[in-house]
Amino acid sequence: MLEIKNLRVELEDEDKKILKGVDLSVGTGQVHAIMGPNGSGKSTLSYVLSGRDGYKVTDGTAALNDEDLLDMEPEERAAAGLFLAFQYPVEIPGVGNMTFLRTAVNSQRKARGESEYSAGEFLKIVREKAKSLKIDANMLKRPVNVGFSGGEKKRNEILQMAMLEPKMCILDETDSGLDVDAMKLVAEGVNALRSEGRSFLVITHYQRLLDHIKPDVVHIMADGRIIKTGGPELAMEVEKNGYSDLLKEHGISEEMA
Amino acid sequence: MAAAPQKIEAAQTRLDAMELPKGGFTAAARADALDRVTRMGLPGPRDEYWRWTNPAGLNAVAPAAAAPFHPKDEPANFDVFDRIRLVFVDGVFDEDLSDDPVVNGVELVRLQEADDRDIHWAQPVYGVLEAAGQKPVDRPYAALNTAAASDGILIRVTGKASKPIHIDYRHQSEESDPVLHHVIKLEEGAELTLLESGPAGARFNIVTEIDVAPRAVLHHLRVQGREQQRQALTHIFARVGEEATFKSFTMTANGALTRNECIIDIVGDDARAHVAGAALGDGKTGPFHHDDTVFVTHAAERCESRQVFKKVLKNGAKGIFQGKILVKEGAQKTDGYQISQALLLDEDSQFLAKPELEIYADDVVCSHGSTTGAIDETALFYLRSRGVPHAEATALLVLSFMADAIEEIDDEALRDDILSRLEGWLSRHRS
Repeated sequence: MLEIKNLRVELEDEDKKILKGVDLSVGTGQVHAIMGPNGSGKSTLSYVLSGRDGYKVTDGTAALNDEDLLDMEPEERAAAGLFLAFQYPVEIPGVGNMTFLRTAVNSQRKARGESEYSAGEFLKIVREKAKSLKIDANMLKRPVNVGFSGGEKKRNEILQMAMLEPKMCILDETDSGLDVDAMKLVAEGVNALRSEGRSFLVITHYQRLLDHIKPDVVHIMADGRIIKTGGPELAMEVEKNGYSDLLKEHGISEEMA
Repeated sequence: MAAAPQKIEAAQTRLDAMELPKGGFTAAARADALDRVTRMGLPGPRDEYWRWTNPAGLNAVAPAAAAPFHPKDEPANFDVFDRIRLVFVDGVFDEDLSDDPVVNGVELVRLQEADDRDIHWAQPVYGVLEAAGQKPVDRPYAALNTAAASDGILIRVTGKASKPIHIDYRHQSEESDPVLHHVIKLEEGAELTLLESGPAGARFNIVTEIDVAPRAVLHHLRVQGREQQRQALTHIFARVGEEATFKSFTMTANGALTRNECIIDIVGDDARAHVAGAALGDGKTGPFHHDDTVFVTHAAERCESRQVFKKVLKNGAKGIFQGKILVKEGAQKTDGYQISQALLLDEDSQFLAKPELEIYADDVVCSHGSTTGAIDETALFYLRSRGVPHAEATALLVLSFMADAIEEIDDEALRDDILSRLEGWLSRHRS
């Protein structure tokens, strides 16, 4: 599904290397987690994959089902099946959540040469999905993320995911700013969307989210590289011992991480 | 202080080239206005009030030629609304195109027709609100209008008007230069929705005097058309009485020059006055210069005023905002708010703002703000990451930017009408 090879990335404005040769392969239907200390490059990886400005790829490749992602505009990557759930979903006053969702879904359908949904068809689908994700229909009427609680914003991301039906979902620190109950609700939503044809890359600082979204593979990222890959037990190890031992093992000082 | 000789000369030259109706019931007001404009002169480039808008094109004896614009895809001109339509073609009333002006609760007559008489209900308003609005700032073109107006509509509302009145301006001649003067009088408790659309000519000067009696409600909605070359100069002079409501919204798309002045005197306690505008300009399709100049005076207690102005500018378009809230002594518990914001879609465009507060009462809440910014890159990326193409994402963010101003329109159907016009403009101006 997702193949990343030797990805090296710098900030565009300053001469700072963030990713220093990332190799990662996520198989179809798999859930991978990336854990790592702050500043290790986890969020940068998610931004670079989804096409945010401000980064310069100096080497390496990233492909989604053999399509070169790095050559595409952000909207093309989305239409190709990539989805990024934001750590901080953006508020857009004056634009209704429903309008936003319909514009997004229809833009992707159009890009793929599929017919666009009418307002009526769309309404029916979005209501069903919202209901199955236990999302209050009132959230659809409000402006995008405006006045939403932290939990509502993250659930709105999951609703978008449900509507857009991506193949590859990247969740960037989806647990940040959530209490345990809100996190559980969001995790339930994600689990409901797990399927054979859909892969997930869950980026998180803490192990607790992985109690609810069970990964197949766990990667530890530090200093712009994946330094260790293992099964779910790796997350437990980090939870117990922190990152220090792992970093030392790889000759990375905690400041560098 | 006497006006500079060249300003007086400019007024004289301009007046000499105009036909000045003698007037019936308006005769005294016209003579007084003529005297005032002769003494004030026309605006000069050194006038503080015209620092950012060059009056040369307005001062010229003949207007610059402006080709009429006949778009095939013009949105329905308020056609879905059951309203009384009054059509002016290049400033001349067209009876055949207009509806029979019969509306319950409304008395309606053309200025030209009414001016045959010596006495008329409009007499205490015509030129009177305009004259009152000349302090503390001279507004020579408004005085010129009172003196020279060839026609207009006089509307007196005595109850709840059964349908909106729509003044539909059409522009056909490249050189038309109409001067129109409307008087709207809402009697106590009356209600009216007034719609205006289109460019009235190649260059036009429109004054609208609006007297809102206690507990009356006026909703005014104006769309200034999509013409590229026309020059618009408008003044609204409103007097707002006790517990009355005055709301005015203007949408402007395109136009070589637009200067919209709105002068509101809140004279009765517990009254409300809101004035809002949304302007869109793209220098690529023609020069765009848009100036909103607003002056709100609070002279009564517990009144609320709001000014909400948004401009979207690209490819060298220029936006101006001059807005003032004056709170007079004794106007306690005033709630005054003013915001002017520009969204610059590139680095070539420009927004200049002069927000002012002048307060002589000690128990008031007044605020003003002005911002100039670009599209929020994070929001743009958010939308694009959901599959929305760049141009469409930008359009959504422009609508988001405009939202506060659009929300000033109370009627949902009218709000949707404006929204679809904005969307249409945005889809035509993507590059």
